[in-house]
Amino acid sequence: MSMDMSQFHGVFIEESHEHLDEMEHLLLALDPSSPDVEELNSIFRAAHSIKGGSGMFAFDALITVTHVMENIFDRARQGKFQFSARVIDGLLSAVDTLRTLLKSYTDATEPDWALVNTATADLELILDPSSEPAVDTKEQAYGFFVSVGAESSSSESSEGSTEASVKVGERDDEGFGFFEPLVSTAEAPMEAGGEGSNEVTENGDDEGFGFFEPLPGPATAELDQVDDEGFGFFAPSGQSDNQVYADEKGFPVSDGVSEEAITPATGLMDKPRPAAAKLAVTGSGKADSKAKPESTEASSIRVDIVKIDSLVNLVGELVITQSMLNLIGDELTGPTVERLHSALSELERNTRELQEGIMSIRMLPMSFVFNRFPRVVRDLSKKLNKKVDLQIEGGQTEIDKGLIERLVDPLTHLVRNSLDHGIELPDVRAARGKPETGRLTLKAEQKGGNILISVLDDGGGLDRDRILVKAYENNIDVVENPTDQQVWQLIMSAGFSTAAEVTDVSGRGVGMDVVKRNIESMGGRLEIESEAGLGSSFQIRLPLTLAILDGMSIAVGGQMFIIPLVNIIESVQPDKPQLKRIGNQQVLDLRDAYWPIVRLHQVMEVEPKSEDPCEGILVLIETSKTRFALLVDELIGQQQVVIKSLEQHYRRVPGVAGATIMGDGSVALILDAESLALRVEESVAVRSGNE
Amino acid sequence: MNNQPTVAPASQDTVSLEYLTFTLGDEHYGLDIMKVREIRGYEPVTKIANAPAFIKGVLNLRGDIVPIVDLRLKFNVGEASYNEFTIVIMLHINERIVGIVVDAVSDVINMQASDIKPPPEFGVAFDSQYLYGLAPVNEQMIILLNIEKLISSQELGLFDNNAVALEG
Repeated sequence: MSMDMSQFHGVFIEESHEHLDEMEHLLLALDPSSPDVEELNSIFRAAHSIKGGSGMFAFDALITVTHVMENIFDRARQGKFQFSARVIDGLLSAVDTLRTLLKSYTDATEPDWALVNTATADLELILDPSSEPAVDTKEQAYGFFVSVGAESSSSESSEGSTEASVKVGERDDEGFGFFEPLVSTAEAPMEAGGEGSNEVTENGDDEGFGFFEPLPGPATAELDQVDDEGFGFFAPSGQSDNQVYADEKGFPVSDGVSEEAITPATGLMDKPRPAAAKLAVTGSGKADSKAKPESTEASSIRVDIVKIDSLVNLVGELVITQSMLNLIGDELTGPTVERLHSALSELERNTRELQEGIMSIRMLPMSFVFNRFPRVVRDLSKKLNKKVDLQIEGGQTEIDKGLIERLVDPLTHLVRNSLDHGIELPDVRAARGKPETGRLTLKAEQKGGNILISVLDDGGGLDRDRILVKAYENNIDVVENPTDQQVWQLIMSAGFSTAAEVTDVSGRGVGMDVVKRNIESMGGRLEIESEAGLGSSFQIRLPLTLAILDGMSIAVGGQMFIIPLVNIIESVQPDKPQLKRIGNQQVLDLRDAYWPIVRLHQVMEVEPKSEDPCEGILVLIETSKTRFALLVDELIGQQQVVIKSLEQHYRRVPGVAGATIMGDGSVALILDAESLALRVEESVAVRSGNE
Repeated sequence: MNNQPTVAPASQDTVSLEYLTFTLGDEHYGLDIMKVREIRGYEPVTKIANAPAFIKGVLNLRGDIVPIVDLRLKFNVGEASYNEFTIVIMLHINERIVGIVVDAVSDVINMQASDIKPPPEFGVAFDSQYLYGLAPVNEQMIILLNIEKLISSQELGLFDNNAVALEG
C-alpha cells in the first residue's frame, strides 16, 4: 500500500496547533491543588488527538512526547497523580517542545531528537520513572500504530488492545486505498465532526479505543459513539456494523470485533478521512457537547482565505458599479424613472448588506490573539520575578483576519516591554505604595471605524529623562524642548533601547521601531501615553476593515477628494470675524476653540475657486493627535468608497491614503487626515517663508 | 543600478524582436512590444500633488490606479499638447502598469538583433543608458528604447522601492 499522505499534513498540522493552543490554555487555567476532571479530560483529548494524528503520519517525535504527557493526564484523571505548579511548568514546556517539533515537521526537516529525549525524560521524571520502558519497544514495533503501544502501557487490558491494533492495522491497509478519491470531500465534514469526537476520547478511559483514532476515522468514532447515542451524526457513513462495539467492555472480544470491522471498514471508507481528521480537531472540544443536537455539528466549514478575498474584491467592484448606476439613474427623466430609483435604492441596500456580510466572514474575535498572552505573561513574570495579574477585556471584539495575524508580533512585543520595563519588582512596588502584584490589561474595543487595542500597565511609566539621555547617546534627533508626546515617540526610533542591560526578554533596541512599522503597514497608528509612577498605555488604532471606507467627497479646483468620515467633525462656512491670525497661522475661531486652517489647494497644488475661506467651506477635522480646519471649495456628498492602492502601480504620496474610483470612472484621491495633520506645521513654515 | 533587470545583450543576437514604433515630436522611437499592455486615447487624469510635471497623474484602468507619464515633458521633445490624437501606451513593467503619453503610434516592426546599431552617445533626448540602439527602417532612423530601464529608473521616480533600493 503506498499512498501520498503528505496531502493531509497541512490539515494535521493546523489542527495540532489548535490542540496545542487549547492544551496551553487549559493548563494555565488548571488549578493544581484540585484539578477539574473535565478539564483534565480535555487536555488529555488534545494530547491524544495529536498523538493519534502523528501516528498516522509516522511523526514519531510527536508521538513520543505526547505519549508521556498523555500518561500523566491519565494518571491524574484517575486521581493517582498530584499536580503541582512545577508539573504544570513542565507540561507547558512540553507543549513548547511539541510546537517546535511540529514546526520541523511543517518544514519537512528532521526533528530534533535531543529535544524529544529531554522533553520525554523531563516528563517521565514528573510522572514516575518506573513504569515506562516497555512502551518504547512497543512503539517501535508498531511503527505508525504507536498509539496502541502507548495506550497499552497505561491500560490494564493491554493484551486485548494490542491484538486489536494488529487487526486495525490490516483494516487500515485496506482502508487507505479508499482514501484517495475522497480527499475532496474531506473539508466540510471535517469541521462537522464536532461533538462526536468528544465521545471518542472522553470514553478514552477504555484505553484501547483511543488508538483507533488515527486510523479509519468513522469506525472508531462510532465505536464510542454507540455508547452515547451518537449515531445520528455518522449516519451518512453507514456504520451499522459497528453495533458490535455497543458494549464498552468489548475489549476482550476486540479480536473478533476487529475482524468484523475489516468488512465495514471498506464500506465506511466512504468518508473515513473527514471523520478521522475531525476526531483530531475536536477531541478538544467541550465535554458537555454530548447532549447537543446533531444539527449544530455542521455549523462551520473551512474555506480558503483566497476565495473570501476574491469575494471581497468582487463586492468592491460591485459597489463601484452600483454607484455608477446611481449616477446614471439621477440623470434620467421620464415616466419610468420613479421605478428605476426605487429599484436602485433596493440594489444599494442589498449591495451594502452583501458587502457587510462578506466583510464579516473575514472577522475574527480578538481573543484569537489575546488568548496566547496568559502564557506569555506567566512565563515572563516568573522569569523576571515579578507578580503580574493579566486582565483581558473585549476579547469578543471582531477584527479582520488579515489584521489578526499581523497583530500578534507587535502585541507580544508591547506586552513583553510592559512586563520588562513597565511593571516594577514587587519590593519596588511595595516601596512606592502600590500593591505588589502589578496589573497588565489587554483591551480591545471598537471606536467608530477604528479598532482600539490597548496594552495598559500600572508600572513606573516611561522615564522622560532617561529616554532623552538615551536619545542623545544614540544620536537620535531630538527637537528642542520636546513635549511628552515627542519624547515618547523617540522610543520608536530605530536602535533605541533604554534597558540598562540587554536581556532576552527585551532590550535589543530593535523592538519599538519594528512595532511601529508593523502597525503602520496595517494602516494603523501607535499612540503612547505615560504618567510617571502610575503606568503607561500603548494604544494601537487600526481601521476596522481594509477595503472600504465611509467618506465625504469634496472638490477643490475641479478635482475630487475623499475625506474619511471618521475624521470629520463638522463643516462650516466661516464669517469674516471668525477668522483670526495667530502669528503667521490663520485660524478659525469657532465657539471659543481655535482651529488652524490648512488649505487643501496648497497641499494638493491645485488652483482653488477662491483663496478666501469665507467663500469656501472649512471642514473641521480631528485626528488622534491634532485638530485643524481644512479649506475646500465645496462639499459634494457622503459615500462609501473602495480603497485602491496607489502604491501598486505608483508610489506613496504624502497626505494621500489611497485612491478610489468614482461613479463616473474617474479617480479621486483619499486624503490621509493624519499625515495632513503633520503638514499643519510644515505649511505654517512655508507660508511664513512666503510672506 | 544593479537591481534593475536588464535584457542580456547576448540573447538579442539571435532573437528577432518586435517593436512598437511611436513618435515624440519629430523623432521616431520603438519599444519592445511585449511590454505593451494596451494602447488607448488620452483621457483626463487625476492630478497628484507634489509630483514632477511630467507625471500627469493617475487614471482608472479597469479598477487599477495607473500613473501616466508624459515623456515629451520629461525629455523636452515635441510639444506637450493633448488632443484627440494623443495616445497613451499602457506598459506592463515589473508587475506594474504605467501609461506613457506619446504623439502618435505608427507601426509594429520586426527587427533582427544584428540590424540594430549602437546608440549615439549624444544627440538624442534620452540618456544613452535607456537606449538599445538605432534601427534604420525605410530610410528613417528609429530609436529603440530600453523602456523597462527607463520606466523603473530613479530619474522618473515612479516606483518607491526602486528608489529605496538604490539609496540603500
